[in-house]
Amino acid sequence: MLSIENLTKVYPTGDRALENVSLEIGGRETTAIIGPSGAGKSTLIRCINRLTEPTSGRIVLDGTDVTSLNKKELRKARLDMGMVFQEYNLVERLTVMENVLSGRLGEVNTWQAFRRQFPPDAVEHAYDTLETVGLAGFEDKRADELSGGQRQRVGIARAVVQEPKILLADEPTSSLDPETSRAVMELLTDIAEAENIPVLINIHEVDLAVEYADRIVGITDGEVSFEGEPDELVEEAEDRIYRSDSVSKTGRKGNDDEALDNLGTELREI
Amino acid sequence: MAEGTTTIDRRTWDRPTVFYNRYVKYLVYLALVGFLAWSVWEMRVSPDRLLAGGSAASNFLTESVPPDFGAQQRELIWSGMVESIAMAIIATVLGVIVSIPVGFMAAENISPKPLYVLNRGIISFARAFHELVIAIVLVIAVGVGPLAGIITLSFKTVGFFGKLISEEIEEIDEKQTEAIRATGANTAQVMLYGVLPQVTPRIVGLSIYRWDINLRSSTIVGIVGAGGIGLTLLHSFERYEYDFTLAIILVILALVLLGEAISAVIRRRIQ
Repeated sequence: MLSIENLTKVYPTGDRALENVSLEIGGRETTAIIGPSGAGKSTLIRCINRLTEPTSGRIVLDGTDVTSLNKKELRKARLDMGMVFQEYNLVERLTVMENVLSGRLGEVNTWQAFRRQFPPDAVEHAYDTLETVGLAGFEDKRADELSGGQRQRVGIARAVVQEPKILLADEPTSSLDPETSRAVMELLTDIAEAENIPVLINIHEVDLAVEYADRIVGITDGEVSFEGEPDELVEEAEDRIYRSDSVSKTGRKGNDDEALDNLGTELREI
Repeated sequence: MAEGTTTIDRRTWDRPTVFYNRYVKYLVYLALVGFLAWSVWEMRVSPDRLLAGGSAASNFLTESVPPDFGAQQRELIWSGMVESIAMAIIATVLGVIVSIPVGFMAAENISPKPLYVLNRGIISFARAFHELVIAIVLVIAVGVGPLAGIITLSFKTVGFFGKLISEEIEEIDEKQTEAIRATGANTAQVMLYGVLPQVTPRIVGLSIYRWDINLRSSTIVGIVGAGGIGLTLLHSFERYEYDFTLAIILVILALVLLGEAISAVIRRRIQ
């Protein structure tokens, strides 16, 4: 069970990306976050595992307040949160197996990581997961040999191998063609059910959200503007989420810019 | 003429100058010419001096040809060459081992500020001096012989390698690193899985390139007593055995060309 309480994020530039966002995500449901570009969807997802540091508010995962953890504890908490990225973010020069097993880095020490010595059950799980995502036999291929859809499957496998308590997906379909997008959405919702974990997906294709999600959250200008089941997302609600004035407010930075802004500072912290 | 009779105020365009305006531009050119003239005046190489130099050169040429590859000379060249090659290999291995952590810590995007500044400092320091300057100091510090040469070349390797590796790391794709961080990996693991794979080909290529540079340098540091074929070369000068000098120079040339060829082939294979 993940609960987000009064989450606010203000970037150093003064951009208020999130304003008092509160959400609860639990069970094995798939929650889709929709909203215009720059509404704060990405920031919201990234604040959950603190790739972006929240300004105020709390993130509680199964009773642990993630926002108050020190670096070591945060690493442990991150192991419980699998993340899937828009551009897959695989390590291009590593093999598929290494990419998948990197999901378990939080469980091994540095020397074991260097020697690629992962626990036998992790390796077994990695094989199984690769089979689940339809990439059995791809273990020794290098990530840069794969197509976009295949890469995203590896990205998902990496997250699943973590045996997380929640799966976070930041625009997992934005770099894929429509057909592959559906396959990926299907895979994510199947995994949620099979692993009995909730999935939080950030997505800008509303039709995909309606089709695959159990619940939809609309974010507009950093605030929750809609919350309900897919069939409640009538035209009026959609207009509210994508209301025209948010378009005129494009002075706010886009998601990618926000993410990049953060990367620099975040990397220095590792 | 088909042009209109009314005179229009035509706009003109001049190529923008990097100087403020053309007066400054000509002033700068004038200063450059003046500086060149002053330098020539300062040296005052007279025609007589040129002639004297020419005759010395022809003297050296006649005395050095044919190169002396006698039995004793061959032995001296062989032992000097082996020492140079060994120095280059040891210095490259040592230098690279030290450079990798230095390079990582000198990369602005992954290193905390104090470490970054410290390691940038080490790199700049290593790059500031020519290898002969370092060799002279080390010969005084640790004595004549290949040890001074090895330390010199290792030190220069850190300056070269550390700088290029840190620049390579500063240009990595940080999305890959971020994904590893999101799995709960610690800093060292992020380096091993997120950063290192992205720079490995460069590390291998640069190591071989540096070995090639070290091979060249190892033939010269002997001139100041830091071991290798350079020392043999120096002795041949001192004894006016110019034919032996030429023999050494030819062997150095062959070795350097060979090293460059090997390095080029391997690096092309890696890319």
